[in-house]
Amino acid sequence: MTNEKKIISRGFNFYYGKAMAIKNVSMDIYANTVTGIIGPSGCGKSTFLRSINRMNDVIPGTRAEGEITLDGKNVYDNDVDVVDVRRKVGMVFQRSNPFPKSIIDNVAYGLRINGIKDRTLIDERVEKSLQGAALWDEVKDRLHKSAFQLSGGQQQRLCIARALAVQPEVLLMDEPASALDPTATLKIEELIQELKREYTIVIVTHNMQQAARVSDYTAFFMMGELVECDITSKVFTNPAKKITEEYITGRFG
Amino acid sequence: MADKKGDIKELLVKGFFTLNGIAVVLVLVGIFTLLVITAVPAFKEISMKEFLFSPDWNPTGYDGEKYGIVSLLVSTALVTVGALVIAVPIGIGAAAYLSDIAGERVREIAKPIVEILAGIPSVVLGFLGIVLIGPVIAKLFGLPNGLNALNGSVLLAIMALPTIISISEDALNSVPMSFQQASLALGATKWQTIALVKIPAALSGILASCMLGMGRAIGETMTVLMATGCAAAMPHGLLDSVRTMTATIAIELGEVAYGSTHYYALFAVGLVLFLITFIVNMLSDMVLRKYQNVER
Repeated sequence: MTNEKKIISRGFNFYYGKAMAIKNVSMDIYANTVTGIIGPSGCGKSTFLRSINRMNDVIPGTRAEGEITLDGKNVYDNDVDVVDVRRKVGMVFQRSNPFPKSIIDNVAYGLRINGIKDRTLIDERVEKSLQGAALWDEVKDRLHKSAFQLSGGQQQRLCIARALAVQPEVLLMDEPASALDPTATLKIEELIQELKREYTIVIVTHNMQQAARVSDYTAFFMMGELVECDITSKVFTNPAKKITEEYITGRFG
Repeated sequence: MADKKGDIKELLVKGFFTLNGIAVVLVLVGIFTLLVITAVPAFKEISMKEFLFSPDWNPTGYDGEKYGIVSLLVSTALVTVGALVIAVPIGIGAAAYLSDIAGERVREIAKPIVEILAGIPSVVLGFLGIVLIGPVIAKLFGLPNGLNALNGSVLLAIMALPTIISISEDALNSVPMSFQQASLALGATKWQTIALVKIPAALSGILASCMLGMGRAIGETMTVLMATGCAAAMPHGLLDSVRTMTATIAIELGEVAYGSTHYYALFAVGLVLFLITFIVNMLSDMVLRKYQNVER
């Protein structure tokens, strides 16, 4: 674990129309760590995650205040190109969403949109990304088959490989294992441990055990506010706030 | 007892709808049979080979009647392909605009306008072809008049556009939002997302829309009759005057003697036309079905 702050949120507010979904969130996310975001449904944890790579911009009528900086630069500044932000900050969604294309074309997509046409470079990067997502051995003989032929867990790892191919610095994961069976979930969790060596990972999860297992830091959100954020072992064994303890011990949520 | 009454009612309703369904099929079969029966006598005097492979169509020729449909077929193909070349890019572009770029308000206004476009009577479009597009083409290419295949193509493109736009737009809209999100999250621009993810994912629906538009263009009569000059000769390019199969039937059937070879030959042309549109529609239906299956 390093002490380098990769992402810093300061006084961040987010609105869907008039409804305030995120209230005054300030927290730090350290480089090459896994930060888990937990909290009851509708607490704003996914909204906050999607605010980091500005995926909420797609929804009409939304508005952000305050700042989220990536390497010291506020991603909401006017001179920031949202496309650049998203290339640096990859994302994996709750439901695996491979394109209706072949496995290789799925992984190569991010390269192609960046104007990379060199076949050998693409092949190289595809192999590396699939290996990075621990999927290479399972698919190397059928790279040109449709991505839909893969199992749910494989599809999700394909989506991770697709995100890795553009060589991001940060990887956002929005409940990446919630639609998977326990075996596939375990694979994803092991993968996250591998990936944090090279990437900064922020993961939203519903599953408290998962947060305890995979994350170095845990942030607890409640009704749009950050209740506390600290080293995972501390949050789970000795939380600073009573409400955190109540949530973690399953008294609500 | 009430149950039995209900049963009878149910049966009647069922029977009523079944009859309606069968009626449609019967009408189609009836038309086909009529066409075949009326077309067959033509081949007592015309050889099948001449009909299908000769370029000369001149049923009232001084030195013998000629019934070759090749020039008519080529004319129809030329005008149709021309129409598609114009309508497909514009149609897909407009559909992408409506589904992804236009705001809610623009869409609410633009969609009904597209549908109104479909409702313009073809004779009105033909009129436009004569007084507006014809002179423009004549001026642009330095021709004595602008009544040619290009003119017909432009008008048929206008007629095919509503079909292409509305079905393509439906296809684009049914592409799952998750594909777009995945693409955007990888740092793709909106344009890249439309061109590389949405359009490929909606391709079968878009293809079907183009084929339906094509079916419309092939069968259209009045506009091409008015705007293409109607010279029954082998065309050499888009700037030649052409006479499509539909226009030939419309022009000649009114003045032909009932029961003559010429009369039957026109029905044979109609039969060929029917088969072509039937095949195009069937293919587009198959493509469309494939795309619906993928969606589910």
